[in-house]
Amino acid sequence: MFPELNNLLNTTPDQAEQGKLTLLCDAKTDGSFLVHHFLSFYLKANCKVCFVALIQSFSHYNIVGQKLGVSLTTARERGQLVFLEGLKSAVDVFFRPQEDPHPLQFLREANSGNLQPLYEFVQEALKPMDSGEAAWRCPVLLVDDLSVLLSLGVGAVAVLDFVHYCRATVCRERKGNVVALVHDSGDAEDEENDILLNGLGHQSHLILRAEGLATGFCKDVHGQPKGSS
Amino acid sequence: MLELLLALGGLVLLRDSVEWEGRSLLKALIKKSALCGEQVHILGCEVSEEEFREGFDSNINSRLVYHDLFRDPLNWSKTGEALPGGPLEALRALCRRTDPGPVTVALDSLSWLLLHLPCTTLCQILHALSHQDSCHGDSSPGEQVHVLGLLHEELHGPGPLGALSSLAQTEVTLSGVMGQASAHILYRRPQQRPTHQTQWFSILPDFSLELQGGPPLESQPNPDPHTPSTAGSTAPWAEPGYQPHFL
Repeated sequence: MFPELNNLLNTTPDQAEQGKLTLLCDAKTDGSFLVHHFLSFYLKANCKVCFVALIQSFSHYNIVGQKLGVSLTTARERGQLVFLEGLKSAVDVFFRPQEDPHPLQFLREANSGNLQPLYEFVQEALKPMDSGEAAWRCPVLLVDDLSVLLSLGVGAVAVLDFVHYCRATVCRERKGNVVALVHDSGDAEDEENDILLNGLGHQSHLILRAEGLATGFCKDVHGQPKGSS
Repeated sequence: MLELLLALGGLVLLRDSVEWEGRSLLKALIKKSALCGEQVHILGCEVSEEEFREGFDSNINSRLVYHDLFRDPLNWSKTGEALPGGPLEALRALCRRTDPGPVTVALDSLSWLLLHLPCTTLCQILHALSHQDSCHGDSSPGEQVHVLGLLHEELHGPGPLGALSSLAQTEVTLSGVMGQASAHILYRRPQQRPTHQTQWFSILPDFSLELQGGPPLESQPNPDPHTPSTAGSTAPWAEPGYQPHFL
């Protein structure tokens, strides 16, 4: 995790708030560093993390995680991390019987419908521990990222419904946190993405926005983050 | 200001944005209605009942009836806890309610309903809901129905926004400058020309409303907030007041 970001947010892994939806947003820059930050932050905070990783491979996140002081391999082996590797699962979904539930079931359907199977995956991954298992601090759902779901044919309302249910279960019922990245298409006039971004903006307790510099590319400074709550 | 917003009855449309949220004003209006002795029915789609009731004392809370569409609005959990029939039936049930006395119905939010129901269906139900006092033959003329609807402007195109606007007797558009919130209010009194008013205000932690004098004249916003909002409108990230931090 980045200590500077912790200072900015006035938080530490020991003092992580619970029951919150955090929206990560990037515009004209790459905001994935925020995803890596929160992944390492919540693993260090001893939270049970479900990571819906749709953009990169497990090994990519693991390599970056190690530079930030966490081992995703170790976290997964001891049951702290449930990792949905979207790039691999997206292929699996086409080689299993259609009646078998799969979190990325929408990829098989002509009409993308809803993300209920993905929600049920998250619900199962973050269900409360049975007695005798390690006690984690609180459940956390991390999604990288939600915009790619729009690119895969899911409607903005369906994505909002998925986040709604995750918020109801993870944040409200189980007093955990949800962190999700959405890209801001800016001037691209992507109505569906704007609905998603603004809809999540209304639901979020904290919005962290990474922007490219107005003056363009700079070797030493890549952008500026803004936060609002 | 709250009395004036509730004076006309019918639909009060609260148009908010990510930057200038309207739920606090909605709760202030709910508190006002409850203090006037009205029962308040809340169709809660976006926040849990526990979160919505936060900040209200027990006297106010005892007058609130929360219809929970937040926990399982689409019946995904299949535990039997979802409101039967989903959002459409929940709305129709509000129209059929037979409680005596004045009542306020709060829709939190109209945006959630508009994203999940056809616009025409929603408009028909809203019209029926906000004209219930004229439908119940034995109602006294003094009993009004107040319908408070929270609408997130950036989520909808000009068509649905215009349709809902045409149903509203009172329309409040929230904005502000330099951290100071303002409400641009449009009143549509019967047989009179619409009137406009701008109020600067703040909502206190107990959901009382405090009027403010407003920011310095040179920093006041454009007085015409009815520039059509579309779903592609820019989020207010670049507004003054945000502090960039360099990492």
